[in-house]
Parts: sequence; structure tokens; C-alpha cells
Amino acid sequence: MADPMRIRAQSSGSGATVRVLMAHEMETGLRKDAAGKTIPAWFIQQVSASLNGKPVLSAQWGPSVAKNPFLQFNIKGAKAGDKVAITWLDNKGDTRTDEATVS
Amino acid sequence: MTTRRDVLQTAGRVAALLVAAGVLPEAARAQAAAPWPAAAFETKSVADLMKALGSAAPVESKEITVQGPDIAENGAVVPLGAATTLTGVKRILLLVEKNPNILSAIFELGDAVEPSISTRVKMGQSSNVFAIAMTNDGRVLYAAKEVKVTLGGCGG
Repeated sequence: MADPMRIRAQSSGSGATVRVLMAHEMETGLRKDAAGKTIPAWFIQQVSASLNGKPVLSAQWGPSVAKNPFLQFNIKGAKAGDKVAITWLDNKGDTRTDEATVS
Repeated sequence: MTTRRDVLQTAGRVAALLVAAGVLPEAARAQAAAPWPAAAFETKSVADLMKALGSAAPVESKEITVQGPDIAENGAVVPLGAATTLTGVKRILLLVEKNPNILSAIFELGDAVEPSISTRVKMGQSSNVFAIAMTNDGRVLYAAKEVKVTLGGCGG
């Protein structure tokens, strides 16, 4: 099981700013190890975000997103106490969901 | 030689087998049904990418800003962002021109999300980066910025 994400959701103005740090290797599949063998690709392909269970954002990523990916976006109309949930799915079928409360 | 395409195809088949065998949990199965646009992520140029996405060629616009450093010391972690003053933006794409594959990320924005996204990408070498915004009324606009990289992030 993958490590938990770090999610911070702060209300700002009429909405909330969400910052997410995911723990993931994001291996491109282009690098070679010391023995010259290609390291297989292993990266997050899909990310989705929801506010109080309602989807607000989804993303498709390629392997060129940096290791331990960072993502920041703003949700309009989110209030303190609202729940923000983030889910990712990688190319090995691994998935993880974490949740944070807007503060 | 094992190409990236082989790896991805194998991964896809393995995932399909796992799903068929009931190994993957229900949630993962539901998400696996959503398509990941492999063809788009394999393209090498803006023109090919737009073709793969079935979209019109993008037009440069001052209403989009692409945020990134002028000089990135470490190509493995380059902060990139895209923001626009346009309304009705449904999709934002981040592209790095000289990476092995040009497309880095696609963001599908719901109505509740402001068209302003930041993330971090890897860059193999100094290159132009693009932010492309697609609106609900079919406009495709872009902005570009040059980012110089002193240490590449894609080699091994």
C-alpha cells in the first residue's frame, strides 16, 4: 500500500485552495539501472478530486510529472468544514484515496 | 528491446487480467474503466498531440499565463502552473516541448474549480513549456514560456 498523501485545504476568499503532495516514485520507463536494464514505468495516470463527494477535478498524467507529485488548485464556494477527497490510480492498478477538511 | 509501448501494453493486459480474475478491488476496477489517453501521451509534437485529442490547432493568447521558473536548477522538479482569465475552461494541458513525450498532464476542470493549476514536472533539457486551455465553446488557446534547465531530470 502506498504512503498517504498530504492534503491541505485552506479557505481563501470565496473558495478554498487545495494543495496535495502524493508519495509516488513516478518512474518514466526511460531510465536504466546500473546493469543497463530499463526500469519499468511506474507512474500515476489518473487523479480525481471531490468536494463533499461531488467530483470537481480530474486529471490524466504522463510519466513526466515529477516524483512525489504536487498539485494545487482552487475550489470555488468551498467552506470551512467541507471535505476534500483526492484519489490517484497508477499504471500498476494501485490506488489510494485520502481526505482532508477545509480549514 | 523493450519499448515504452510494450511496457504500457503489457501493463494494460496485466491490469485487465487482474480485473478479470477479481484481484483488483472494486474501486480500482471502476476507475480502470475510465480511459487514459495513451495515444496522446505518446505524441512528440503539438500538432500530433492535437490530432490525438481530436482538437483544433491552438492559438496563442494573452489570456493564459504559464508559470514556471526562468531557470530551473534541477530538471527533476520544475514547478509549472497554468492560469487563465477565460471563462468556461474545461481542460488545461501542460506540455514540455523537448521531453521524450510532449504531454505532461491533462486537467479536466469541473465548474467548481478555478482555471488555475500548479504542479511539478520533470524536464530533460531546456525547453519551451506550453499551457493549453480548451473552453466549452470549442476555443483552443495556448501560452508558452522558455525554461532553462541546468541539470536534466530524465536521464539515468
